[in-house]
Amino acid sequence: MNPTSEQVAHVLAGIGREDRARLLAALARRFGDIGLAEDVLQESLAAALETWPGTGVPRSPLAWLMTTARRKAIDVVRRDQVLAQKLARLRIETETSAPAAESVALASDGVGDERLAMLLGCCHPALREDERIALTLRFVAGLPTPEVARAFLVPVATMQQRIVRAKAKIRATGIPFAVPPEDELADRLPVVLRVVYLVYTEGYSRSSGPHHVRADLTSEAVHLARVLHRLLPTTAEVAGLLALLLLTDARRAARTDADGVPVPLPRQDRSRWDRTLAAEGLRLAEQAAGSRGAGTYTLQAAVAAVHTEAPSHADTDWTQILALYDLLLRLEPGPVVALNRAIAAGKALGPAEGLRLLDELSASAALARHRPYHVARAITLTELGRAEDARAAYARALDLEGNAAEETFIEHEMGRLPG
Amino acid sequence: MKYVLLLMGSTTEPECGDAEGPDPREFMAFDQEITQAGVVVDSFSLHGPETAVRVSQGPSGEPVVTSGPFAESREFVGGSYVIDVPTVDDAIAWAAKSPGSRFGWIEVRPLAEY
Repeated sequence: MNPTSEQVAHVLAGIGREDRARLLAALARRFGDIGLAEDVLQESLAAALETWPGTGVPRSPLAWLMTTARRKAIDVVRRDQVLAQKLARLRIETETSAPAAESVALASDGVGDERLAMLLGCCHPALREDERIALTLRFVAGLPTPEVARAFLVPVATMQQRIVRAKAKIRATGIPFAVPPEDELADRLPVVLRVVYLVYTEGYSRSSGPHHVRADLTSEAVHLARVLHRLLPTTAEVAGLLALLLLTDARRAARTDADGVPVPLPRQDRSRWDRTLAAEGLRLAEQAAGSRGAGTYTLQAAVAAVHTEAPSHADTDWTQILALYDLLLRLEPGPVVALNRAIAAGKALGPAEGLRLLDELSASAALARHRPYHVARAITLTELGRAEDARAAYARALDLEGNAAEETFIEHEMGRLPG
Repeated sequence: MKYVLLLMGSTTEPECGDAEGPDPREFMAFDQEITQAGVVVDSFSLHGPETAVRVSQGPSGEPVVTSGPFAESREFVGGSYVIDVPTVDDAIAWAAKSPGSRFGWIEVRPLAEY
């Protein structure tokens, strides 16, 4: 007996984000055009809804969708001469390659080159950074546009526009969706890693809004980092980034209290850390540190590893952390790294030295606007018994941009000050 | 796909056009390489911005003709290649090879085909 429309709709709805993203990636890589891939995938889903009630649900729905979408794309290319020429120049595979190979590739659990091709296309240097992040979330993570909009805290229409314009730019500029040769891949990787890192940090500490952590964004980023690591298992910085994200994620449960207010590291209940994630992160951090090509993420992972290995905050090896930050500062000079180094120095060498270093950074316009800078000063001043100055620093922090949960935290801390 | 490689310079750059500037032989070597690769559709070289004449329209629609160089615009186009290559990455690779990307910069833009 043939399925009803509702049953077919149910089957199609059951095709998860992952599989859709893989279909899209395979099509984009095949035809070198993400807009075309999106269109034909949509059409094939509509075709399934229409024909499967009559023919029954195919044994491999994904393979059916892929074959149907591919045929539709070939039709489009045949009708559109300009597009055909352009796609021909992109050196795509000819239509003589066996469809069976594609269905096998899709059926397997393995992640193929097409995901990497999609990621590289979405993170192409010719695109702006906000475009790269939006495209990666939309097409690699497969988040629907409204969710991407929510991640950026912009109206849905704004995000739709951004994505539409980015796709138009991809087509006009001829940005390829292909895995480049190894040396070029090495050059392109830092941009990709940065996009994944930004997705994580945006989820880790929301830049505004009511919540401190957006768990789905951080999970998305960890997932993307895992995909990259599976595809490039020996690349140091890829392992380093995954290690950093895992080690940070391992502490997630302890980072906020029951009301969602951030709990600073010294007061976190370490028994709530996820030891399995931590163990995996530590292993990867070590692998990265021992490999050639170690860079910023490897160093940051090493810092996270030192924290994770400490049985308590008091037992943390701050001297080692300071040494790592010295290296990181040389590699990546910048205000935030300098701030973190100053904080580590304060822990290793005492709050008086910490305050001295923090005050040295007061000329930085970027830090003057950076909430954590003032919070760090406030904490150090509290340690030095300077309650009034600490209060003033917390007040400066409150005036700056950040999320509401942080504000609650700062107000708590101000309340705990004597006098 | 066709791309334009616009060789750009800045009038504030000290080496621009001077003795410390780019060696014409480097440009010739590059020209030979890119031509032999068979990707060049067209190319041209321009005389400096001091030879430029700007034509615009005045408030009553009358033509206004001004002689260069122009104090307010510090960027100028030195020359251009129109190339036909498969992807923007190929265009970027050629731009990176050109001596023009060292002494000034190169703007890569896709040719609009109507």
